[in-house]
Amino acid sequence: MRLLIKNGMVFTGTTIKEEKQDIAIENGKIIEINKQINGKFDQIIDANEQIVLPGLIDAHCHLRDPGMEYKEDLESGIQSALHGGFTKIACMPNTKPVIDNEALVSYIIEKSATIGKVKVLPIASLSKNQQGKELTEIGLLDRAGAVAFSDDGNPVNSSSFLNKALQYANTFDALVISHCEDLDLVGEGSINESFQSTTMGLLGIPETAEDVMVYRDVRLAEYNKVPIHIAHVSTRQSVEVIRQAKKRGAKITCETCPHYFTLTEKACNGFNTFAKINPPLRTVDDVNAIKEGLKDGTIDIIATDHAPHHHDEKAVPFSLAPNGIIGFESAFSLSYTHLVKEGIITLSQLVSKMSTIPAKILKIEGGTIEVGKAADLTIVDIKNNYEINVNNFHSKSSNSPFDGFKVYGEIKHVIIDGIKEL
Amino acid sequence: MEFLKDVLGIKNLSKEQMLYVIETAKRMKLLIDSPNKKSPMLQGKTVITLFYENSTRTRMSFELAAKYMSGNVANISVALSSIAKGETLLDTGKTLDMMGTDVIVMRHPQAGAANFLAKHVNASIINAGDGMNEHPTQALLDIYTILEKKQSLNNLKIAIIGDIAHSRVARSNIYGMTKLGANVFICAPDTLLPKGIEKTGAIIVKNKYDAVNQADVVMGLRLQKERMQHSLLSSIREYHEYFGLSEKTLSNAKDDVLIMHPGPVNRGVEMTSKIIDGTKSVITEQVKNGVAIRMALLYIVTRRSL
Repeated sequence: MRLLIKNGMVFTGTTIKEEKQDIAIENGKIIEINKQINGKFDQIIDANEQIVLPGLIDAHCHLRDPGMEYKEDLESGIQSALHGGFTKIACMPNTKPVIDNEALVSYIIEKSATIGKVKVLPIASLSKNQQGKELTEIGLLDRAGAVAFSDDGNPVNSSSFLNKALQYANTFDALVISHCEDLDLVGEGSINESFQSTTMGLLGIPETAEDVMVYRDVRLAEYNKVPIHIAHVSTRQSVEVIRQAKKRGAKITCETCPHYFTLTEKACNGFNTFAKINPPLRTVDDVNAIKEGLKDGTIDIIATDHAPHHHDEKAVPFSLAPNGIIGFESAFSLSYTHLVKEGIITLSQLVSKMSTIPAKILKIEGGTIEVGKAADLTIVDIKNNYEINVNNFHSKSSNSPFDGFKVYGEIKHVIIDGIKEL
Repeated sequence: MEFLKDVLGIKNLSKEQMLYVIETAKRMKLLIDSPNKKSPMLQGKTVITLFYENSTRTRMSFELAAKYMSGNVANISVALSSIAKGETLLDTGKTLDMMGTDVIVMRHPQAGAANFLAKHVNASIINAGDGMNEHPTQALLDIYTILEKKQSLNNLKIAIIGDIAHSRVARSNIYGMTKLGANVFICAPDTLLPKGIEKTGAIIVKNKYDAVNQADVVMGLRLQKERMQHSLLSSIREYHEYFGLSEKTLSNAKDDVLIMHPGPVNRGVEMTSKIIDGTKSVITEQVKNGVAIRMALLYIVTRRSL
């Protein structure tokens, strides 16, 4: 099987200079990148006026499989990710049961492999059943294919446990991802604490619930000289804490999500449960700080935190609705429109944050376009704008606050291991 | 005036709308005071009270309001209904809708529950309290009670003292009273002041005397005893000392000050019995005006216009 992509503006992820080039692919690998490639090919994709990127990589999503397949399953999650331009996705372990043993890690890897297309990389829990009490078998899980370790939305409460878990994970060079949230400060809160929460009559979640835990986790990692990855940063002070820690040389990486630089707490107006998420949408000042963090590199990557919920679960009064919004199929276009078009970062920086650096952080193949490497490519139209239509999404769920948003950056084709899957 | 299907909160009512409701309530009050409390104004209309929280006065007030106007009234007791079997609010609302209900009077522990139901049913929704969000009929009856004694709310000094953070009554009153030109002073321990409340126009004072001195109206709010367990307060004793209302506290209020409380009162906590039962108290009048306000609103929403 020989495939040729012609006339696309190619972002290799290895240099900051983009060029109009052709890419030849054979047997799943890139065999040539050049100005003009001729010869016999089974399939030719004309990418004229389009951009060719290394396949997007999502370091944070929820696929709900096993146990909550009514929200999403591996099949629908893979379809949704594919249509969002992703070629590799790392899924969180908060399934039922929790991914805390080798059998479940294997289940995710093997079941998703039979579906094919997007590669699903399981993140295993850091503690058994996400209880923050006993360590999981990090060495064995790592060997079975777990790409990182996290208790995700059940954040580790005990500082002592996290301290030891960071040390233990480092034995196996395993990455710990931390969802930073002080649950005592969150209490019964369901929206950012501010004038907005006051006038909606809802208990608020103060930004300090995130800030204090980011500081704790950063310091524990720094003290132990081990890496840590901070999930979905949403506040100005979190960005600042991470910025300072990086300046000191701590091995901190972090992510944010498109909703934290495109929406504020005002999206919750009218008790819109589709804008209910954790951490909650914050203020304009926080949005600006997130953009500054993305610009100066404090925030390494953009992840989706794709979090499907059934329509019925969101059709309830605000405080009773579960947290989360789906993100695969709007992540790139929102990021391109609100970061690149607005001049916050360059397109090649965006490619880094959505492909090259996620691959480095997760220590996986991919994230670049290079001869000899697997041909995972995403082809995008950035010329024409389009309207996000949640009804056309491939997820089983439709909990997105972005329906009707006008954006640029429609995903046109996705090539995985040299096969045109989209 | 604008079409009014639902009464969800004071936040989205205009000054004119509020005053129109109060004007209508004045006429309704004549009926309550008459020996023969029956008018046909709600004849052929069905009102259902759907209360997910306990209530005596609000629920009874709505029920009597509908009955005085010959409406059909049915009450749903949540504990004995299919809600106890796990029926969702949405399904309950749709079920009631299909039975030909004209008005659903609803109280719910979650903020926005009334807004939510209003989006999904044809019946009019009157919010009888949703979480910490709004309690519009209480604010309207409070404002009505003040207007019976004062010409207008413009430039009145109104003190609201107590648990502002958890109070839907405080929020609705602050929205309504500030819209009508009153200077609303609020006083509470910092743990019971919600973030950014000063942006409503309410003025925060630390000392209750700064709130009460020269006040035209002083309102206490019910203190829920469980606040102590969440480290929001230390003791009833200390609360009463710093935020309780007594004759001494009120000694520098205006001579014609009105003492109000939405009830039910914790005697000796928010206020002393002397104040509650004293000549300046309009607490019982508030209850009576509550029926009149609810009659007015039931009448208005079933006409679906203002």
